Amino acid sequence: MAQMNLLHAINNALDIAMADNDRTVCFGEDVGHFGGVFRATSGLQEKYGKTRCFNSPLVEQGIIGFANGLAAQGSVAIAEIQFADYIFPAFDQIVNEAAKFRYRTGNEFDVGKLTIRAPYGGGIAGGLYHSQSPEAYFAHTPGLKVVIPRNPYQAKGLLLASIRDDNPVVFFEPKRLYRASVGEVPEEDYQLPLGKAEVVQTGKDITLLAWGAQMEIIEKAAKMASEDGISCEIIDLRTIIPWDIETVTQSVMKTGRLLVSQEAPLTAGFASEIAATIQNECFLHLESPIARVCGLDTPYPLALEKEYISDHLKVYEAIKTSINF
Amino acid sequence: MNNELYNDGPIVHQATFIDGNSVIIPELKLLDQDGNTYPGADLPDIDKTLAIKIYKTLAFHRVLDERMVASQRQGRLSFYMTALGEEAASVGGAAGLEPQDMIMTQYREQGVLMFRGFSLENFMNQLFSNAKDLGKGRQMPIHYGSKELNCMTVSSTLATQIPQATGYAYGQKVQGLNAITLCYFGEGAASEGDFHAGLNMAAVQEAPVVFFCRNNGYAISTPADEQYKGNGIASRGVGYGIKTIRVDGNDILAVLKAMQLAREYAVSEHKPVLIEAMSYRLGAHSTSDDPSGYRTKEEEAKWQANDPILRMKNWLLKQEWWDEAQETILFEQLREDILAAVKVAEKVDKPHIDTMITDVYDVPTPQLKAQLEAVKAHVNKYPESYPFTAGKF
Repeated sequence: MAQMNLLHAINNALDIAMADNDRTVCFGEDVGHFGGVFRATSGLQEKYGKTRCFNSPLVEQGIIGFANGLAAQGSVAIAEIQFADYIFPAFDQIVNEAAKFRYRTGNEFDVGKLTIRAPYGGGIAGGLYHSQSPEAYFAHTPGLKVVIPRNPYQAKGLLLASIRDDNPVVFFEPKRLYRASVGEVPEEDYQLPLGKAEVVQTGKDITLLAWGAQMEIIEKAAKMASEDGISCEIIDLRTIIPWDIETVTQSVMKTGRLLVSQEAPLTAGFASEIAATIQNECFLHLESPIARVCGLDTPYPLALEKEYISDHLKVYEAIKTSINF
Repeated sequence: MNNELYNDGPIVHQATFIDGNSVIIPELKLLDQDGNTYPGADLPDIDKTLAIKIYKTLAFHRVLDERMVASQRQGRLSFYMTALGEEAASVGGAAGLEPQDMIMTQYREQGVLMFRGFSLENFMNQLFSNAKDLGKGRQMPIHYGSKELNCMTVSSTLATQIPQATGYAYGQKVQGLNAITLCYFGEGAASEGDFHAGLNMAAVQEAPVVFFCRNNGYAISTPADEQYKGNGIASRGVGYGIKTIRVDGNDILAVLKAMQLAREYAVSEHKPVLIEAMSYRLGAHSTSDDPSGYRTKEEEAKWQANDPILRMKNWLLKQEWWDEAQETILFEQLREDILAAVKVAEKVDKPHIDTMITDVYDVPTPQLKAQLEAVKAHVNKYPESYPFTAGKF
């Protein structure tokens, strides 16, 4: 075990993946010698050479197009998009190409060896284009996996699993926690399963569900609620698609209440998918409407960020509303 | 700061603008329409065996296109795209490669698969999207692909294969393979952002990829002069620092020569090449298009006189490698074979209903399995509305 922050854990996972398989290649804007604007790829070019860790020209559609070709050829392609906000120029290569590669070719070809890493999320005074949480755009795309870790231990285990999974994975890293989240991380190679949610805390009155940096928020709100005598079951979804319906269903059947919280805007956010599914699976068990505590349906503002975000107080209020329904 | 990467021009003290005309781009022509090689023509490496293989491939291409357009008109096929007038570009490119080289195409390069031996049955199964199609009947007709033949499966999205070809070639280089990637696209697709991305990355990352642009004058109804104002596509290659050549795309020997040299350079220097083949789309864009709405019969007639297949035949006749009797037998046999293959392929069953959910991921998710079960139950409830699948699972 070692103390690592979330960035160290990611860097460590990349190092292990590159040492473990010499066909693993990391690239993106400023990823090479400089080691990335957040230092996630620090030291990798020094260790594995310029052929396996390098800067790309500044062109997101090119980075992912290149990555698709590289993965189709049989290399393990780990592409970095500098901010999730800038992934949209590559949307076509991700949605029409990466996600459909195996299906459309009848499994003649695939890009299962592709992983796309991108820092996501707000809370850092990043304004419109350094704060977005675009997971719901990708959740509507069959063929992709979308994974978001909440702390260093999760980040390393889920990233290694994503790199080795035989499907294209979009891996969003909560950049607010890059240095803020520190914890014990095994130094050896390990993986955490994709498609599996994790029950972080058991409880009996209400199920709280979130992912990524939002986990810290719902845990804080749960603590406040516990002082009011409310017992919260806390679940980290971890994989957005394909998501773990069973774990969430079992929890809600027990608690009878569900609150889903995300940083992204409310309308058509992934919380909506969860709410609709759980309403269908757990209709007779629900004792209150499913609550969604999300960002507003606005672009992500700078000066009013504090008011915009779905913080612990908003979650706490929604817990009480649900319990008192 | 690294200032090495531009050519030092002269320093001037009067403002001097340059334009596209500053770059002179020659066009390689080796063969005239009557089948004579030009004096001093630097011919490709080609013997009788290769020449006959190329010619038979061109003939197969021409007859398949004719028969399949007819099948589409008869309502037996949902869609088709011919490559009339441009067959030499795809076949000549493939003929200049080694079998281990990857080829990524746009959609008007069926000749590539034909040259590499994709069987008539495979073509038919894909066109009729039946259970024997390698693509499992999921994509529209002409979206062929074959792992065995190193031909990447076609997708409809224009130009997406260009940066993919760069990445694929980079992987070949890193692995130390004696292999390159050849990437085809039309002059319309070259307007997409992915063209810029793919060529620039190929130059910077030093990938052994050959970009092959079929400049056939039209993107559906849009003539090339509404597509760009520079000196074709070739002039752009130079801007990216990519070795570039323009060839007569209806001249099989010129295409083959350029391709042979491009491969040799790409594989030994690990650098990209751009080939722009000038041609003309003699047919409609697809069976859903009628070109009489946007171009004249006179223009088409001019290019009909430039037929690349006839040009090669004239050359073969002069070499005494071919004669009219062989010609008649070949074309009759092709028509017969293709007609017979259509009759077989259209009777093969549709793919099994289970293939709806396979290959979305490596393994179907529980959600997908549940959705499939729901569809099956529904099909069984209304079998008369789902005649191809009801009772077959």
